Amino acid sequence: MAAVGRGFWLALSMAGSIALFGLNALTHIVRPPFYGRLFVQAFVEFSYFSLPVVSLTAVFSGMVIALQSYAGFSRYGAATAIPNIVLISVVRELAPVLAGLMVAGRVGAAMAAELGTMRVTDQIDALTTLSTNPVKYLVVPRLLAGTLALPLLVLVADVLGVMGGWLVGTAKLGFNSHTYLMNTMDFLQSMDVVVSLAKAAVFGFLVALMGCYHGYNSRGGAVGVGTATTNAVVSASILILAFDYVLTELFFAQ
Amino acid sequence: MSDTPTIRIRGLTKSFGDKLVLDGIDLDVMPGTSMVVIGGSGSGKSVLLKCVLGLIQPDAGTIEVNGQDLLRLRAGALDAVRSTIGMLFQNGALFDSLPVWENVAFGLLATHAVTRRTARVRAAEVLAQVGLDASVGDLSPAELSGGMQKRVGLARAIAGGAKILFFDEPTTGLDPIMGAVIDGLIVDCVKRLGSTAVAITHDMASARRIGDQAAMLYKGRIVWQGAAAGLMDSGNPMVDQFTHGRRDGPIQMELRK
Ligand SMILES: Nc1ncnc2c1ncn2[C@@H]1O[C@H](COP(=O)(O)OP(=O)(O)OP(=O)(O)O)[C@@H](O)[C@H]1O
Ligand SMILES: [Mg+2]
Repeated sequence: MAAVGRGFWLALSMAGSIALFGLNALTHIVRPPFYGRLFVQAFVEFSYFSLPVVSLTAVFSGMVIALQSYAGFSRYGAATAIPNIVLISVVRELAPVLAGLMVAGRVGAAMAAELGTMRVTDQIDALTTLSTNPVKYLVVPRLLAGTLALPLLVLVADVLGVMGGWLVGTAKLGFNSHTYLMNTMDFLQSMDVVVSLAKAAVFGFLVALMGCYHGYNSRGGAVGVGTATTNAVVSASILILAFDYVLTELFFAQ
Repeated sequence: MSDTPTIRIRGLTKSFGDKLVLDGIDLDVMPGTSMVVIGGSGSGKSVLLKCVLGLIQPDAGTIEVNGQDLLRLRAGALDAVRSTIGMLFQNGALFDSLPVWENVAFGLLATHAVTRRTARVRAAEVLAQVGLDASVGDLSPAELSGGMQKRVGLARAIAGGAKILFFDEPTTGLDPIMGAVIDGLIVDCVKRLGSTAVAITHDMASARRIGDQAAMLYKGRIVWQGAAAGLMDSGNPMVDQFTHGRRDGPIQMELRK
């Protein structure tokens, strides 16, 4: 019982310090100096270099949803709903969540490792002695990049996921290509896309925040950097799934 | 000589967990002079410098830089004080995402005092002072040897023209000739440019070359302080044992906690 209580307080104080870290970074966003070059670097890392993994993930998940829902729905003679099911599941859920998880593993981990190494080799301290605020220099560009890049990435994933469903639908399930696409277009609602991109922005922010927080506060040499990297990925993944529920509740629950 | 010390430390205390590292340090460094700090490995020399830079929060005591109490300053004012201090970290702490020349010119670029082109020229000048060719400027820090990294760190510390300079083991890892060159450079900064310097070193020849004053740290306290010229014949048994590197004496090797 006592152990549960301790764990609870520990989690709470951790959440508190992450929130403070994030808020502190946010206050720096509007105050100069701005590091445009670092923002662009982080943005390219988040978007362009994540494109291959995220694209593959999206295509395959669209394909598998088409296949699975056909297996289930054809029993009720509802196979014509496949394009709609693929659309909803990909755009509302799979594209943002899977892109978030992929980026957490790719970029969030790298961020934690980079900032962690900078911490344990005194590079972050050195920034302070060279008239540079390390939060502004290291954290702010990454948070901005994550928040702005993920929607772009997820937009691509949305399209590719739907195309994955279309691929399986036409090649294997006997859909007419034109009908499949028309069905999809008819069913498409702008709200779904808005939610998809909003989720993406939140997840991108979370990935960057976790990468920066754990890296920035890492301690104790190579082992500490390793722990920071693991923690960044694990906590970002959990937060993505938790916030996914919260956002879905917010937008779609009646 | 003005009588306000550039750095005035009183009763500085710091422990990590239950390990007491600094136990009431009192130290003055007068303007335009250099102070050498010696002491055994793990005696808290680096922690002392980091406290003065505000990178480590001490448990008790006061630190004044040019008469300003650091521990009571607001963040903005603290940053202003910090920007008057150039620091060479013990491990160099070079930014490995940037080429050498940008490392050296980092402080200049950060304060937007100069254009990138001028910064680059200035970086090449300072690199030459530490005995590195301008072509080294295009390499990344990971491509340098340990001693070269140290010298780039030193170049970065002095490039901004800081009035206060901290050197954490500036000549460790350098060959004897290069060590003498670097010592000369540090003396130059103090004598010619009027900077105030604190240097940590384990090299007694270097200590006497660099230092006006010297202080010895042992078990978290300053056990001796005096002119650096007198380091080798201070009459203090602890300093004597340390500077002459004798195994027997008042300082016994103990396993560090
Ligand atoms: N961030 C830290 N957390 C915990 N302990 C620390 C930290 N930094 C330093 N210490 C401890 O403080 C003591 C003094 O360390 P410091 O780096 O100041 O030694 P030093 O005198 O510079 O030694 P050396 O000559 O080997 O560089 C050591 O015992 C070290 O373990
Ligand atoms: Mg040290």
